Amino acid sequence: MNTVDQIESAYLRDDIPDFAPGDTVRVNVRVVEGGRERVQLFEGVVIARNGGGARASFTVRKLSFGVGVERIFPLHAPIIHSIEVIRRGDVRRAKLYYLRDRVGKAARIREKRD
Amino acid sequence: MKTILGEKLGMTQIFDDEAQAIPVTIIKAGPVRVTQIKRAGSDGYSAIQIAFKEMASKHVNRAAAGHFAKSNTPPAKHIVEVRVDDPDAFEMGQEIGIGEVLAEGQKADVTGISKGKGFAGAMKRHNFKGQPASHGAHKVHRAPGAIGACATPARVFKGKRMPGRMGGDQVTLLNLDVVKVDAERNVVMVRGAVPGPKGAVLVMRQAVKSNG
Repeated sequence: MNTVDQIESAYLRDDIPDFAPGDTVRVNVRVVEGGRERVQLFEGVVIARNGGGARASFTVRKLSFGVGVERIFPLHAPIIHSIEVIRRGDVRRAKLYYLRDRVGKAARIREKRD
Repeated sequence: MKTILGEKLGMTQIFDDEAQAIPVTIIKAGPVRVTQIKRAGSDGYSAIQIAFKEMASKHVNRAAAGHFAKSNTPPAKHIVEVRVDDPDAFEMGQEIGIGEVLAEGQKADVTGISKGKGFAGAMKRHNFKGQPASHGAHKVHRAPGAIGACATPARVFKGKRMPGRMGGDQVTLLNLDVVKVDAERNVVMVRGAVPGPKGAVLVMRQAVKSNG
């Protein structure tokens, strides 16, 4: 372990569950509105995980009123209140950008069977 | 003591109290040892010489070994002289850590040698605009354009900005925020980027212009 990793490890969160591209997650986001804080939900499919260490991030895609919405979260950011994994998806690639071109039935992801 | 030597380890990001991500450079700073003390009486000015990054004694030539023996310090790779007002406040061989130089919340100046870019064109080296991509431009898209007038003065002025070697220069960045100081591990985090590749040797000092 090099020094940078060692120093970074002090800033990493340990309350993040394991999840992978294809999983459906519910991200509870802290939102500050006019001085008061509340928790907002963002639920969708993880289509990418990027980076490592303190700079790791992930992208969640959902459909909102028929419009695709993607949000990129820094994995270790304090604005993330918590992450819940709702469904494990069975996918064969690390980046699911192909989902952007699909809607409805074609955009389904098989559930993982153990 | 206002100056210390360090080695760039790399960059990362951390989150501040307002949950904003701050880009930081991690620098291993010190410890340095005092290897020589110059006094106004004997040398004409007051300064101390500090050495950073110990190395194996088999890699030292005899001249350097003799110099380090005078201060009874292990041989080190990098030596820098720092002007001080009061040289008597230091002893030969004294060890100075980052905690005595910088504190969190202060500003720091960082000096280093920037990454070499090789022979670079005018666009990259001097931020020239280049020339059009179309409208009849032919093989001149990144060319610098005209470099002077005609029969008067019949020459190109000295200092005209043209393509050439870029990078590898000494660069000093002023007033970088000191985000974190870890005196135990001799590690300091400053906000933003600093010159040079990972492993580059940096001179850090308390900011000289931060109150101006």
